[in-house]
Amino acid sequence: MEKLIYLDNAATTKTAPEVVEAMIPYFSEHYGNPSSIYGLAAESKMGVEQARKEIADIIGARKEEIYFTAGGTEADNWALIAAAEAYKQKGNHIITSKIEHHAILHTCQYLEKHGMEVTYVDVDENGIIKIEELKKAIRPTTILISVMFANNEIGTIQPIKEIGSIAREHGILFHTDAVQAFGQLPIAVDELHIDMLSSSAHKINGPKGIGFLYIRKGIKIRSFIHGGAQERKRRAGTENVPGIVGYGAAAKRAAKTMKERTEKETEMRNYLIERVLKEVPYTRLNGHRTKRLPNNANFSFQFIEGESLLIMLDGKGICASSGSACTSGSLDPSHVLLAIGLPHEIAHGSLRLTLSEETTKEELDYVVEAVKEIVGRLRDMSPLYEDFVKAARHGK
Amino acid sequence: MYSEKVMDHFQNPRNVGEIENASGVGTVGNAKCGDIMRIYLDIDDNQVIRDCKFKTFGCGAAVATSSMATELVKGKTIYEALQITNKAVMEALDGLPPVKVHCSLLAEEAIHAALWDYAEKHGIKIEGLEKPKSDIHEGEEEEDEEY
Repeated sequence: MEKLIYLDNAATTKTAPEVVEAMIPYFSEHYGNPSSIYGLAAESKMGVEQARKEIADIIGARKEEIYFTAGGTEADNWALIAAAEAYKQKGNHIITSKIEHHAILHTCQYLEKHGMEVTYVDVDENGIIKIEELKKAIRPTTILISVMFANNEIGTIQPIKEIGSIAREHGILFHTDAVQAFGQLPIAVDELHIDMLSSSAHKINGPKGIGFLYIRKGIKIRSFIHGGAQERKRRAGTENVPGIVGYGAAAKRAAKTMKERTEKETEMRNYLIERVLKEVPYTRLNGHRTKRLPNNANFSFQFIEGESLLIMLDGKGICASSGSACTSGSLDPSHVLLAIGLPHEIAHGSLRLTLSEETTKEELDYVVEAVKEIVGRLRDMSPLYEDFVKAARHGK
Repeated sequence: MYSEKVMDHFQNPRNVGEIENASGVGTVGNAKCGDIMRIYLDIDDNQVIRDCKFKTFGCGAAVATSSMATELVKGKTIYEALQITNKAVMEALDGLPPVKVHCSLLAEEAIHAALWDYAEKHGIKIEGLEKPKSDIHEGEEEEDEEY
């Protein structure tokens, strides 16, 4: 296969060359353990602290409020489980949404088995959380609201400031899973009233296996990983120094290029959406038309199933993903697509294309042609389409 | 994750289509779970399957098992066709990933459903053929995850 068109940047991204370059010395030269006393270790320590500062600046936080983790999932687990423990005197109730990532949903289910009560608030047909429902869900025992910044599947951006204000008014902690948003959208933790925020480096051209949890000063959540005194005694374990340095470099790069990148990606994304909706019949766009991540397009093609579509796209060198059951390993399609009200058979036929700053119009033209051809081929094979065509003929 | 044979039958499926005035048509599966198979049989007076076509909504394995099933039943008598199990379909495809075994069951059920339709239309009874379930997912449950 000669051609490779990577349109799965919400899954992971290519590590940027300057990020790799920044990391290399921390494998070979500055390999000291940051906790050690000698000069070699000081180099490692400096690398870590510089990255922490760079990241803190981007979200308007203090550097001591950034805690490095092994990724977004760990940060989500930590925020929820440690908050439940720390605030158990106050209450045992958490509010979240129905479209969170499994790192949040499965952690909530775990907590429910351990005595917590969780309200999963509905979203509307565009995937935006129902604010009135969220307000009604607040109880005197509510200790935490956790709502994602932007959705990983359909790209919808949540009204974070509004949710943050509601949480603040009621004296409830507010956590946001910003794995898809950090480095993609402007985030200011004070302005948005965010108390905790999870993120992950590999979504913004950084390395895999590194993320952070922002914890506002004064929030008393404890360590989740026990051991040494690293990360102000809140996250034990020798620091992933090259990873942290790489994250710093990636974050800096993402913040610097954000405006330009957003403009370019939004234009490309809109071009893709318009062409697909116009040229492929019986197709819908999932997620909000404008309040969505600049690089996200998510479609449902009626009468076909997503996994077949993905394999055929792969055959043409196109990397994409789907919310069909067959790609999730369960019988049900994506919980996000069901939450926005799609019937199962439509949810099975979904396709997520997530662009990068390198995506070109030529690539998108190739992708649109490929999608048209493959969707047509699968529909010719589909008994659902056959029934639909026959019913339409009878109708005439 | 798929064998070369599965990929071949998925990318170049045999016998896709419909048969007008088919001797028997069987549709199984459900859209909720993401797979539906429809098999058309053209059966001659000697109860030999002259032609077989399919249409499938589903994943790569669902398409490949349908394609292989149609290949296996072609030229067979209805009694021989009845003996084709999901295991035979899987073996002919050099195996399926464990999560896709239900697709091969669906293919077996689709053949049975088409034979049942044929028997009903022609007022005959095919020894050993039971009324197929329309939905093989009935009673199937998701594994409960441990925490």
